[in-house]
Amino acid sequence: MGNMSQHERKFKRRSMLYIPGNNPGMLQQGAVYGADGVLLDLEDAVALNQKDAARILVRHMLQNLDYSGCEVTVRINHLDTPFGRKDLEEMVPLQPDALRLPKVETVESLQETLKIIEQIEDEHGLPHDQMKVHAMIETALGVQNVYEIAGCSPRIDAISIGGQDLAADMQLVKSNDGIGIDYARKQIVMAAKARRIDVFDTVYVDVDDEEGLRDVTEYIKKLGFTGKAVINPRQVEIVNSVFTPTEAEIRKAVRVYKAFERNKKEGIGVFAVDGKMVDAPVVQRAIRVLEMADIELDTL
Amino acid sequence: MILKEKAQAGTFESSDILIMVEPLEAGAGRKIELKSIVMQQYGDDILQQLHRELDALGVQDVRIIANDKGALALTISARLETAIKRSAGIKAS
Repeated sequence: MGNMSQHERKFKRRSMLYIPGNNPGMLQQGAVYGADGVLLDLEDAVALNQKDAARILVRHMLQNLDYSGCEVTVRINHLDTPFGRKDLEEMVPLQPDALRLPKVETVESLQETLKIIEQIEDEHGLPHDQMKVHAMIETALGVQNVYEIAGCSPRIDAISIGGQDLAADMQLVKSNDGIGIDYARKQIVMAAKARRIDVFDTVYVDVDDEEGLRDVTEYIKKLGFTGKAVINPRQVEIVNSVFTPTEAEIRKAVRVYKAFERNKKEGIGVFAVDGKMVDAPVVQRAIRVLEMADIELDTL
Repeated sequence: MILKEKAQAGTFESSDILIMVEPLEAGAGRKIELKSIVMQQYGDDILQQLHRELDALGVQDVRIIANDKGALALTISARLETAIKRSAGIKAS
């Protein structure tokens, strides 16, 4: 569920590494780069004449490979393509942690896809509440409908922005500053927050520009994104480090949480730490920092 | 499975295997040519795997030319399945 704490959810979601679905070398090594999740891609990273090969290869990978410690998501082709239905038929029975659906634009089309997923699960005697679904918002229409999309089903536990397709749909001139998709980023974050689900930022395509990646990751973290998709193992560490609390942040969070526990026993809800007021939202943020730092609250 | 035409799957990239399939006339049996960068250690295992999986797919009369660049067994399975299905005319959609 979207408002689950990270411990309840099994995985952190700072970085999600896209892996082309027809590349066995990359698929078999996907879990070793330190990304919190791997996105096995049957869509844009696979040539049209290799869709069958990628689907079969990813199926064998999911059946045989241990991606332990990584959230495994499969991005399928859109149902409007000749490949989407078959992708669902082969991937749903394998129940990866999540399916990522590209170009979700309306609640109606999303519900149609969810219905097909459930039909396949019924055919295989599988529950409807295990495999999550992530909706990608990649068009202007999707951005306009994102709040409804994000709340369409309890299975939707994350949404993400697909910057490349969105820029194309909006007929934007290519730019590195992301100004053209800034409104969409903020709207998508707000929808996710309102629905209490996670939200992922788009990829940073210039893999040689590490400084640019760090800058944009710091920016989208401030906007409220949960994490970011990456396309190269070299990008993982940068994104993880931005989303990992600093030592100073952790120390502050420990002080806040300890003071909260102390004051709670005396029935005090608002107090001060380091001369600054602390109330429930501040405590909540401190708990989030501690979770991101892998610190168990009951050890404090 | 009934093979209809020549087909191939996979690549020459590291950790992959390129498998070419050609249907042969009934009774011809299997003619498998395997090259592998790990031939000495795993050549027999790969051949056994190919035979086992051709059995499972119900393919008896076929020429297979396989060029292995250190693929995992699961990749060999996937590429063989893809090549056979392509040869049998099973589409991606």
